[in-house]
Amino acid sequence: MSASTSASASASASDYAVRAEGLDKRYGEKRALDGFDLAVRKGTVHGLLGPNGAGKTTAVRILSTLVRLDGGSARVAGLDVASQPREVRARIGLTGQYAALDEVLTGRQNLEMFGRLFHLGGRRARRRATELLEQFDLADAAGKGVGQYSGGMRRRLDLAASMILTPAVLFLDEPTTGLDPRGRGEVWESVRALVSGGTTVLLTTQYLEEADKLASHITVIDQGRAIADDTPDGLKNRVGGDRIEVVVTERADIARAVKVVARVSDGEPESHETELRVHAPVTDRVAALTEVARTLQDEGVRVEDIGLRRPSLDDVFMRLTGHRTAADTDTDTDTDTDTDADADTKGVAA
Amino acid sequence: MSGLNEAAEVTEVARPAEAAGAAGVQVLRDRGRTYWVLADCWNVVRRGLTHYQRQPINIVWQLGFPILSVLLYGYVFGSAMQVPGGGDYRDFLMPGMFVMTMAFGFINTATLVVYDSTKGVIDRFRSMPMSPSAVVAGRGVTDLIVACAELTILMLTALAMGWRPDGGFAFLGAFGLLLWLRFALIWLGVWLGLLVPNPEAAGGLFAVAFPLTMISSIFVAPQLMPDWLGHVAAWNPISSTAAATRELFGTPVGGGDTWIEEHALLMAGVWPVILTLVFVPLAVRRFQKLSK
Repeated sequence: MSASTSASASASASDYAVRAEGLDKRYGEKRALDGFDLAVRKGTVHGLLGPNGAGKTTAVRILSTLVRLDGGSARVAGLDVASQPREVRARIGLTGQYAALDEVLTGRQNLEMFGRLFHLGGRRARRRATELLEQFDLADAAGKGVGQYSGGMRRRLDLAASMILTPAVLFLDEPTTGLDPRGRGEVWESVRALVSGGTTVLLTTQYLEEADKLASHITVIDQGRAIADDTPDGLKNRVGGDRIEVVVTERADIARAVKVVARVSDGEPESHETELRVHAPVTDRVAALTEVARTLQDEGVRVEDIGLRRPSLDDVFMRLTGHRTAADTDTDTDTDTDTDADADTKGVAA
Repeated sequence: MSGLNEAAEVTEVARPAEAAGAAGVQVLRDRGRTYWVLADCWNVVRRGLTHYQRQPINIVWQLGFPILSVLLYGYVFGSAMQVPGGGDYRDFLMPGMFVMTMAFGFINTATLVVYDSTKGVIDRFRSMPMSPSAVVAGRGVTDLIVACAELTILMLTALAMGWRPDGGFAFLGAFGLLLWLRFALIWLGVWLGLLVPNPEAAGGLFAVAFPLTMISSIFVAPQLMPDWLGHVAAWNPISSTAAATRELFGTPVGGGDTWIEEHALLMAGVWPVILTLVFVPLAVRRFQKLSK
C-alpha cells in the first residue's frame, strides 16, 4: 500500500489538499474503512457521499487526527496525519454532526474561547470573533447564549469556530443533518462563501442533492471503500439525471405521450407498455413539466400520474453497486412535482 | 524536547498560508510547550468559571442538597442522634456535610465531562492545536476553584447556624484535607464522564453515590452501627476525611478504637493518594481511547 506513495503521487502532491491511500480502520470485527482512497484538489468542495455506516465519519475522523488509522497513509495540507498530527491541527477546521459549542456561553464568548485556544491571544481572539460574527451574520445574536440559538444559527456558529484560523482544509461532517430547509440553505450559503475565500472543503453527506449543489467532485463510499469518484454531472450521467415521468390510463395513448414528452426531453423517451409509463431525461424541469401537462391535456390524453423524478442516493447506489443503501428500505416511487428546490432534498431518509 | 519551540519564543512565525492554500493571514505565536499547556489550561478554566458567572444559580443548586441535609439532619433528626462522647450533633454533622459535598463533587465533574464529550466539544478541542492535557487539567482546576467557593458558602451557612470551629492553622488544614479529597475524586469523575454514554446516565450516579456516603461516618458514628457495617463505614475513605476534619475543627468524636479510626489524620492524607493513583491512569487511558 505504501508503495503507491511514489512517482505519480509526489509529482502531483502539491495539487491536493487531502490525499488518502488505502486507509484501513477496524472496530473489532467490523471494517469501518477497507482500503479507502481519496484525493481532494486544493480550493474545491469535495463531496463524500454515502449512506449511514458507509465509513464517511470514520474517514473524516482519521483525516482530522481524532482517530488513529490502522493502515494506509493520509496527508492533509501536505502533512502526514499519523506523524504530524499537531501540525495538521493548526491547518484544519472541523464541523461535526453535532454543533460542538458551549451552550451556556454566548456566541461571542464561544468564538473568543476557541480563538484563545487556537493561540491567537486575547486581543486577536476578540477581533477575530467580531469578524466572524459579522461574516456569518450572527452579529445581532452575539450576546445571546448559544442555548437560545436556532439549529441553523448553531451550525453557522460552529462553522465560524472552525474558520478561526482560516484553515487550509475544512471538514464538514453532515453539516445539514437535522436542519430544516431554511437552516440548510443558510449553511450552504456559508460554505460557498468559505470556498470563495480559498479554503478546501471535504463535505460528507447522505444527500445527493447537497453534494450536487456544493461539490465540484464527489467520491461515493460504500462499506469502507470508494466505489466511484466523479463530477456531479458525471455521476448523474451514470445514474441518469432528472427525468420526467408520465403514466397514462390507456395503453393506446402511450405513443402520443411519447411524442409529447420527446418535445421537451434531452434524449429518447423510454416507454414501458405494461406499466403504461413513459419517461425521459430533462434539464429544465419545471418548464418541461408544465409544457407536457398542458399539451397532454390539450390533446385529450388521459393521464394517471405525471411528475419529475430526481435520482436519489439510492439510485446512485443501485447503479454503482447493484444493491440498495443498507440503511434505507424506502421504495423509489417518488414522483416529485415540487418546484421549491430549497424545500426538498430528495435524499434518503435515514 | 521542546527546545526548538522555546528558541522561537520571540519571533512570530507566520502560518504557511501559501502551502496551505488558504487566504488567511493568521499568525501563530510560538512560545514553547509549557507556556501553551498553562495558557490552554487557564482558558479552559476561564470557560468553566464563565458558566458560573452566566448562571450563578447553578452553585446554589449544587449546594441545595448539602444545605437541605444540614437542615433535615440537624433539626429534624438532630435531637434523636447520639454522638459518642456526648458532643453536640450539629458540631458532628457540619464537617460531615463538608465532606459529603466534596464527595458528591465527582458527579458534577462527570456530568460536565459527559456533556462535553457527547456534544462534540471534546472532539473539537482534540482537533485543535491546543494541548490535549489542558482539556482534563482545566476541568480539574475549575472544579477545585468551585469547591473552594462551595466550602466557603457552606461554612458561612454553618456559622450562621451556630457552628463554632477552632480557627487558625488547624482550620486551614481541615480546609486543605477537604480539597485534597475533592482533587482525588476529580479523576473518578473524569473517568466516569468518559465512560457513561450520556448526561442522563451521569445523573444516575447520584443513586450510587448517596448510599456510599451514608455508609460512612458522615451522619452517624460507625461504632453505633451493626458491627460489620461499622467496619465497612470506618474503612470508607470519606470517613477518614470526616474524622480528621472533626479533629482539626476542634470537635473530635470519642470512641472508635479501630486502627483506621485512630489514624484518621494520616488516612485522610493517604486515601486520596490511593484514589488518585487508581483513577488517574483509568481516566488517562479512557481519554486516549478516544483516538482508537
